[in-house]
Amino acid sequence: MANRTPLYDAHVKAGAKMVDFHGWDMPLNYGSQIEEHNAVRNDSGVFDVSHMTIVDVAGLDAKAFLRKLLANDVAKLSIPGKAQYSSMLNEKGGVIDDLIVYFFSDTSYRLVVNSATRERDVEWIQSVARNFQVDITEQPTLAMVALQGPKAAAKLKLILGDDFAAVDGMKPFMSAQVGDLFIATTGYTGEAGYEIVLPAANVEKLWDDLLNVGVQPCGLGARDTLRLEAGMNLYGQDMDEGITPLEANMGWSVAFEPEDRAFIGREALEKQKAEGHDKLVGLVMREKGVLRHGQKVVVEGGEGVITSGTFSPTLGFSIAMARVPSTVGETAEVEMRKKFVTVSVVKPSFVRNGKALV
Amino acid sequence: MSTIPKELKYASTHEWVRNDGDGVFTVGITEHAQDLLGDMVFVELPEVGDTVAAGDDVAVCESVKAASDIYAPIAGEVLEVNEDLEDAPETVNNDPYGDGWLFKIKAEDPSEVESLLDAEGYQAVIDED
Repeated sequence: MANRTPLYDAHVKAGAKMVDFHGWDMPLNYGSQIEEHNAVRNDSGVFDVSHMTIVDVAGLDAKAFLRKLLANDVAKLSIPGKAQYSSMLNEKGGVIDDLIVYFFSDTSYRLVVNSATRERDVEWIQSVARNFQVDITEQPTLAMVALQGPKAAAKLKLILGDDFAAVDGMKPFMSAQVGDLFIATTGYTGEAGYEIVLPAANVEKLWDDLLNVGVQPCGLGARDTLRLEAGMNLYGQDMDEGITPLEANMGWSVAFEPEDRAFIGREALEKQKAEGHDKLVGLVMREKGVLRHGQKVVVEGGEGVITSGTFSPTLGFSIAMARVPSTVGETAEVEMRKKFVTVSVVKPSFVRNGKALV
Repeated sequence: MSTIPKELKYASTHEWVRNDGDGVFTVGITEHAQDLLGDMVFVELPEVGDTVAAGDDVAVCESVKAASDIYAPIAGEVLEVNEDLEDAPETVNNDPYGDGWLFKIKAEDPSEVESLLDAEGYQAVIDED
């Protein structure tokens, strides 16, 4: 039987259409994924992300270990609670997983990694940890929800009351422990909001409270259109073990400075940087139709492929991310249903804080 | 459980057909089909005046999830298309057997409709999926 999060019954009660997501029974939508999408852009929505894997890293060598394991540099983090987007690479520079790391102190960090890659991630983390004095602890008894949207703060305040003061005005990519809630200003939608980690036993109460103050429950369908509009990658689709961060628009999350930090995959990336590489771009198609994963893209200097494509509910037309040769110009030809359509090439970021960027 | 009105005829490719009289038939997609596809974002319809054969792909319903060809259940001439779907494709989700109709065909041979599935037959098709 598939894995179920502690919110499984709550999803069914809310009328969710449940689907298999990498071995987890997860809600696809609760009726209309476009309505859920719009709720997050205009008001607030909540996602069950309890399937994600939480790994705590503690010990004398925690900092040194993560500076070896991760492509971004945790030494840049100095404020307790600060979060950073990062990735674990193999020796060839391929992305084993992308993740968020939270800094508490030089001896205590938290990683949140994808569920689809859980076993491989944990094995890899354990194998690298062997050479360091660190304890790696998975937290399967914790649940996690993402409360996202311009009204997320107002909704959370209704529930937390006076306790909200601890996160009031918190900057993006920060976190704080408030009672048994670990509250972070992170997300996967391009809107303000929170990711909240808490004991599994308490999550249904929080979920019900959020729905009772008018927060829209949102499924995987809306999660995908929101993250794609925000230009955020989906592991296994926009990048995987055979793709480096440089080929996946994640170069900004790789810290090459300081030069003497020998993180895993560094050599391969430096070589690729010198030799040149494909890049991930955004595509916009204003005519009828929807760009889809796997479609062929012809650009100046060669061919590429659409890694993620969808109809953008916010923009009203189709958008996509595509990996193409770096010689790409301002337009591309996409093969759709037996004909080629000309589309514009843009930076892979389409909507932020409810506003169109294209 | 999705609704399958008894008075309609069905194709195994999930279109429904309603007899409007005078050899005119309205065509749409079933509630089951719209549920499988999810939120509709574009509907491409045939041209009025097109002559179609049974089984021709004549329209496309594109949802957030996938593009799906719509086949003409019977042969004939396209008499009218539902232009309101241009601005409101979600009508196919909200009212698949009513305002979400796709096009009307003037049948070449109205008796062709008799060979389509009845509600029970279509239910069996869904159950097999």
